[in-house]
Amino acid sequence: MSLISIKNLWKKYDDNVVLERITLDIQEGEFCTLVGPSGCGKSTFLKMLLGQETPTSGTFLLDGKPFPAEPGIERGIVFQRYSVFPHLTVLGNVMMSMEMKESKVLGKFFGAKRKEAKRTAMEMLTSVGLGDAADKYPSELSGGMQQRLSIAQSLVNKPKILLLDEPFGALDPGIRADMHKLILDLWEKNNLTIVMVTHDLKESFYLGTRLLVFDKVRYEPQAPNMYGALITYDIPVGDTRESVLKEVEESINE
Amino acid sequence: MKRFMNIRPSRGAKLFLGLLPFIIVAVFYLVASDMRLAENPNDKLLPSMASFSEAIDRMAFEPSKRTGEILFIGDTVSSLERLGLGVLISAVLAMLIGIPLGFIPFLRAGLSPFVAAFSMVPPMAILPILFIVFGMGELAKVALIVIGVTPLLVRDMQQRVSEIPVEQLIKAQTLGGSSWTIVMRVVLPQVFPRLLDAVRITLGTAWIFLISAEAIAATEGLGYRIFLVRRYMSMDVILPYVAWITVLAFLFDFTLKKLTYKLFPWYTAGKEGS
Repeated sequence: MSLISIKNLWKKYDDNVVLERITLDIQEGEFCTLVGPSGCGKSTFLKMLLGQETPTSGTFLLDGKPFPAEPGIERGIVFQRYSVFPHLTVLGNVMMSMEMKESKVLGKFFGAKRKEAKRTAMEMLTSVGLGDAADKYPSELSGGMQQRLSIAQSLVNKPKILLLDEPFGALDPGIRADMHKLILDLWEKNNLTIVMVTHDLKESFYLGTRLLVFDKVRYEPQAPNMYGALITYDIPVGDTRESVLKEVEESINE
Repeated sequence: MKRFMNIRPSRGAKLFLGLLPFIIVAVFYLVASDMRLAENPNDKLLPSMASFSEAIDRMAFEPSKRTGEILFIGDTVSSLERLGLGVLISAVLAMLIGIPLGFIPFLRAGLSPFVAAFSMVPPMAILPILFIVFGMGELAKVALIVIGVTPLLVRDMQQRVSEIPVEQLIKAQTLGGSSWTIVMRVVLPQVFPRLLDAVRITLGTAWIFLISAEAIAATEGLGYRIFLVRRYMSMDVILPYVAWITVLAFLFDFTLKKLTYKLFPWYTAGKEGS
């Protein structure tokens, strides 16, 4: 069974059709990248996956069950900006993920539980390369480091899907390359399912295992909102996992 | 030659320029006071430094002949009690009302128009009602401050809560937060320093209400004393009292500001960055 299963999904705002006839299955472990011209509804689609928006009609299943209508713990998100908490240190930000998940009354751990959470959080921070910045506040971090933190924050709770909304769009090219390496590394090690919106086609080809292009194919000049965007391309792209590359390399050398 | 807008004063020049207006006003006062007193030694409008020190001595260092208490200290203590209590109650109410109002759409829909309308009621106009309902005691004066200041703080809190980026609130939900834990861990800690800022700014308003209430009905207090001695045109008491109130207001402002920055290091950092 696929992790995400979508059949004939439509999204309308009043008479304004944003998305139409979306049919899609996403398997566990896929790294889907979403591209398309601006205003084509790819962000709306991501918002529906997140639970921030609900589809107007169609089947929309997560793990065989209807998608929850609000954001929840099974889906992690990294936005382009503003997704870390400015009033907590780097370590505090990651620990809060665990605290919010388990401590329902105070949202805070004490004593042994706190120590344990601290250890897990430090491991997570080290794996995203923020081990040395644990006591800093987000305002002291560069844009790339803030995104690393945001990723760590989501991953520590082990979400079924990690959603990325143009996460590297505001970063310098050099930093972006580092982030690409990091996200591929994390994707492979943690066996993640990732859906990422980007406007950088090169990035989408390089990172994903599957490329989804959203576009409007029908356009009525008299009523520009009559038709919505649909998926025009759904193509598998280069598998960039190190292990797969090695596997291929080994099979060739034999 | 650089443009005037680009020339910055040195440290010393800055200090001097900052002191200059104070010195000018002081000199101006001394000259004017001397001139008036030369003409009429009994003039009460601009007393000399000697009569100030005599008045301060009488008010602040000698027990009152009538009650045996030192008036200045009694006035300061009772005024600060009213002000402190009024502002504290307002701040607590602002948190209890403002945060839910900014955070829960249902409460906002239900209460926001009421708060907006209520904050338009001029507090001074309902002061007689407060005296009727609460009597002439402390309660009415504290209530006036609370009624005057709370709507300002509530609306400020509501605004600050709605300024928290929606990305943060969604992120917190994906981390497993409930409405309650998100208020406790994301909203409250972020708006608390902003509440202190708002309290600082509304302190001026609180002083206005305090002094007005004391002027109308009180038996002691800084505002009461000023309005009492006005009958004898005792400028030698009024001016030191006004200066003292100004110093107190400045001290509160300064302390709250320092406290905010000390307790919430991330808050200042964020401000410099933006």
